[in-house]
Amino acid sequence: MSDPDVPGVHVTRAEVCCVAIAECFRGDGEILANPIGTIPMIGGRLARASFEPDLCMTDGEATLIANDRAEVAPGDRVIEYWNPYRSMFDWVWSGRRHVIMGATQVDRYGNQNLAAIGEYDRPRVQLLGFRGAPGNTINDPTSYWVPNHGPKVFVPAVDTVCGIGWDKAAALGPAGRFVAVRRVVSNLGVFDFDTPDRSMRLRSVHPGVTVDEVVAATGFDLAIPDGVPESRLPTPEELELIREVIDPESAREREVPDT
Amino acid sequence: MTEEDVVARLRSGMTIAIGGWASRRKPMSLVRAIARSDLADLTIVTHGGPDLGLLCAAGKVRRAVYAFVSLDSVPLEPHFRAARQSGAIEDEPYDEGQFHLALQAAAWRVPFLPTRVGLGSDLLARNPRLTTFTAPVGDPPEELVAVPAFELDAALCHLNRADERGNAAYLGPDLYWDDLMLQAAPTGGRFVSAERIVATSDLAAEANLQQLRISRMMVDGVVEAPGGAHFTLCDPDYPRDEAVQRAYVAAARSPEAWAEFRAEWVDIPEAEYQRKVREAAA
Repeated sequence: MSDPDVPGVHVTRAEVCCVAIAECFRGDGEILANPIGTIPMIGGRLARASFEPDLCMTDGEATLIANDRAEVAPGDRVIEYWNPYRSMFDWVWSGRRHVIMGATQVDRYGNQNLAAIGEYDRPRVQLLGFRGAPGNTINDPTSYWVPNHGPKVFVPAVDTVCGIGWDKAAALGPAGRFVAVRRVVSNLGVFDFDTPDRSMRLRSVHPGVTVDEVVAATGFDLAIPDGVPESRLPTPEELELIREVIDPESAREREVPDT
Repeated sequence: MTEEDVVARLRSGMTIAIGGWASRRKPMSLVRAIARSDLADLTIVTHGGPDLGLLCAAGKVRRAVYAFVSLDSVPLEPHFRAARQSGAIEDEPYDEGQFHLALQAAAWRVPFLPTRVGLGSDLLARNPRLTTFTAPVGDPPEELVAVPAFELDAALCHLNRADERGNAAYLGPDLYWDDLMLQAAPTGGRFVSAERIVATSDLAAEANLQQLRISRMMVDGVVEAPGGAHFTLCDPDYPRDEAVQRAYVAAARSPEAWAEFRAEWVDIPEAEYQRKVREAAA
């Protein structure tokens, strides 16, 4: 696809995904933006380098750093704060974080599984564990990144609920008041929950992807508005930031190959 | 003390917390000694990495108490996965924040600490130790999760520097939960291995004040174990040995592969293990 603002420049699918991730953080202000994964990290850095300059971000380990570049050698880190793992709960439990997690399974209401596939007591596939997903989702806004959109990931109901979705939150009443599953970004499109029953809605398809392709790759009925827009392309300034400043090694292209 | 001295203080059926985080600063020389011992039916409490995986492969684990198990550069722990998928071990899952509260509750000698973490998720169904209660304070009263204190028998941690009496310092970016694990375990069961034992008078020169986070009041015995965290990362003393970690991962392919790894890297005295590591690096 070509960017209308930059004649002749080819924008890759991975770059569209980076912009879609960045958009997840729009309006968040001075909180800990915690995107996990290669493209999420690039997208988060892009948001901070452009329209959300107050975001705080980790190095993936024990510090918050100010660098724009996504992969930065330890000696080159511009450290703002010492943030050992234990500090993370202070941000999470006080409501000052927006995490973008991965999801081995995600369902219609945004429930997420990264613990085990199959019967929990004797799983067919043991994964990571519940990790911090229950605590992340009940305390703070959460979004998800799925680089391999397919019916085994987008399932009618997850096998084990780790991150809680809108239906579980509604059943909790006031105890679920901080739950906010914001977006799901995949290699095919962007999804939100802006529907009367908070079920997943197709918000945009990435350029080159059809609505039918998304429907076929999704294991439940998505809410599909009339006239689904295309995910927006990076501006020339954003494209330069991604390519020259944030991810000059093009790690993004290895996570989502161009089509 | 030696690794074997520590093992002699442990018993089958014990609940043992292991410090470090994933494949970082794990007390692996102690873990290897447990794997070689007659101990059995252990409950392992851990931010899990190859400590839990190796003990699963060695058949030492009755129950895993954890929020995640990972090898960092290899996202999923193959030996732990095999144990779960074959039904060989019992499972007691937590959220990472709940895990923190369970240690803190034990250290403070209260039966539980409250949180809303876990509500709505399947944790409450999968871990029957987690229950809900109505908060006695607040209007309207809120339903919360009671995270019960861990009931530890022992805790094992690896630090960068220690003195003979058990004062110790970490020199990397993160203490993880080592101090809380040692505080949560009962007197008599708290052991630290260290890269180097130094004179007490040298501790403040070896580490910043803020890194002197383990007090001898938390520790019952110290093992000098240079390379004791190998093959996990022990910042800044050495990086993770990815080659040996890869061999460990490959050993999950079959019982024969595990037997081969075990003979090469587990069923040998610690001094020989460290000699092999040095030779491989040379």
